[in-house]
Amino acid sequence: MTTDVILKIAISGVLTGLIYGLMALGLSVIFGVVRVVNFAHGEMMTIAMYLVIVAFNALGLDPLIMLVPISAVLFALGYLMQRAIINPFINRPEHSQFMLLVAVALVIVNALLLIFGPDSQGVTTSYSFDSFDVGGIIIDAGKVYAAIAALIVAVLLFAFFRLTLTGKAIRACADNYNGALVVGLNVKRLYALTFGIGAACVGAAGTMLMIVTDVTPAIGPAYTLLAFVIVITGGLGSMPGAIIGGVLIGLTEALGGFFFTPSAKSMFSFAILVLILLFRPQGIMGRKAA
Amino acid sequence: MASKTRVTRRTFTAGLGAAGIVAGTAPFNIISAQGAPLKVGVLLPRSGAQAGIGQDCQRGVDVTAGLLKDLKLPALQIMNGDTETNVEVARARAERLINEGAQLLVGAFDSGQSTAIAQVAEQKGIPYVINIAAAPPITEQGYKFVFRNFPVAGRILADAFENQIEIFKATGNAPKTAVFMHVNDTFGTAMQKGISAVSAKFAADLPYKIVETIAYDGTARDLSVEVAKAKATGAEALVMVSRLNDAILITRELIKQRWSPKCVLSMGPGWYEDQYLKTLGKFGDGPMSFVPWYDPNKKLTKALDAALAKAHPGVNLNTNHVYTFEALLVAADAYKRAGSADPKALADAIRATNIKDNVSPGPGIQFDAKGQNSALKNSAIQNRAGKLVTIAPASASNAKPEHPMKPYDKR
Repeated sequence: MTTDVILKIAISGVLTGLIYGLMALGLSVIFGVVRVVNFAHGEMMTIAMYLVIVAFNALGLDPLIMLVPISAVLFALGYLMQRAIINPFINRPEHSQFMLLVAVALVIVNALLLIFGPDSQGVTTSYSFDSFDVGGIIIDAGKVYAAIAALIVAVLLFAFFRLTLTGKAIRACADNYNGALVVGLNVKRLYALTFGIGAACVGAAGTMLMIVTDVTPAIGPAYTLLAFVIVITGGLGSMPGAIIGGVLIGLTEALGGFFFTPSAKSMFSFAILVLILLFRPQGIMGRKAA
Repeated sequence: MASKTRVTRRTFTAGLGAAGIVAGTAPFNIISAQGAPLKVGVLLPRSGAQAGIGQDCQRGVDVTAGLLKDLKLPALQIMNGDTETNVEVARARAERLINEGAQLLVGAFDSGQSTAIAQVAEQKGIPYVINIAAAPPITEQGYKFVFRNFPVAGRILADAFENQIEIFKATGNAPKTAVFMHVNDTFGTAMQKGISAVSAKFAADLPYKIVETIAYDGTARDLSVEVAKAKATGAEALVMVSRLNDAILITRELIKQRWSPKCVLSMGPGWYEDQYLKTLGKFGDGPMSFVPWYDPNKKLTKALDAALAKAHPGVNLNTNHVYTFEALLVAADAYKRAGSADPKALADAIRATNIKDNVSPGPGIQFDAKGQNSALKNSAIQNRAGKLVTIAPASASNAKPEHPMKPYDKR
């Protein structure tokens, strides 16, 4: 095994991890503020992936061009979902919220199955088969574009929460719910906005994933599980943690698959999860519960 | 006290009349059974993980009525059943179809589901013709009502290696090393064991040596690591056991990682499917698949191909259509010869099947004492310009093999 091959696999793992990180970022944002665990997270991403298919097949639009429009559609979907379905469950027991979101996930999977059928579908862009040769190391061009886009979206999101008034208001809701109510913040609206932002993240991640992989209606639950592994590893509710967790999982799966056996790739990410739960239950970037 | 039974004139007349009615209508019953369509329960995975395949098999059902009419065979009344890609559901649906009047069962693509249906069919004494299922034990149970017109796994693999040897001899070019990649599910693991065992028997004639075996998760979203590992072996050929989605992902990775093996030898589905050809365009050309297929030169193949093209334009004739159609052909042929829908008469007629005018490669459709068509042959097919051509065995081919395949970067 040459160093080139190992380096190539490590880079590929980091690039894939950045896209996974963006997906998990949505889950982390929603949980960090609304305190609802979105069990339909991966399924919502498959909606975005199918929107890419529709836009590509009907209008020939490249996924990179569709990044903003599809994120906007998912934002609207998340906003409406929170206002109409999730809001009434905010103060209900966690198992009620769990059942609600699992039901939403099942509805999404079966609706997509009815509309698009069970076969996998993908898009073939002008750069789908391209790769860069950097000093003998071959890097997938699609993954590079998707990872750069994921990084830009993540930076914009950090800036939104740090620099804008709305972002600060959302963080205030997350830090102190009662305090936010006392100072007159419209918490319900901010919750819906947060859910919309989380959904937009997942929309962006789904759009970018279509550059590197295909989609089937049944793939949603696997992405939901992956998002959970990443956010727990990175720290539930921590935005940088989601990105770091994504990169760590992507890298672990790639190198673990290469040095041991590829069919056990997931085993390595779950092994990381177990170690984190044992030795740092709050995750890499998470804060210890008071 | 013994009762006295006296035959009066009135009793005698009534009895005579009844006997006359029975005697007079019995032949008509036979005629009406022959005239009425045979009720055939077609069990397929129409939903669940194998829904796409089940729906593809249904295309074979769709074109059957017209072809049977042309062959002057009796009509079939199709009763659809969905196994939901689930063994227990397959069993329950088989029972329900029989209770609803199915006189013969056909299906069910998958070995597990077919095994469950075979048990029900045998228990109820209803003939069952398997369309697609390769697990050998199904026809090793001593069943009297179960028949299979599909090769068993060992035969498929043995033919695959025979066809490879024929292709490499014909082209005068053979790879010396190969890397073997397979999905790590039940099917992939069984095939891996089968390939290891069968390839050992062909070791003297097989030109290549498998330098590494790589198992991978068929549901993986990214197979770049697997392909990088395979490329790093420096093997000349890629031997595959995969399914559709992973076949597409692996091909994309071959191109992106700039690796063009001399040949891709697939021993399973994926590499020849319409979705593969459609998704990859010119990059889909080249792989060879070793599969139960059809003889493109047979008259009935041309008729089936034409009927499919009319009913489903743009869909290439494949294993699913051929073997589902042939299962129904066996049913109609047996019904004609049995002269009734009586299950035992139908089973006896199926056992005596001798159809020469068929679609699959080999001498035709006959069943041995176990209910297996052991004379079936398998083919090697190659993707060419978005179409599929049969390249081996030479006796059932319509094109010469192209080997080595054109490198991806030269297309």
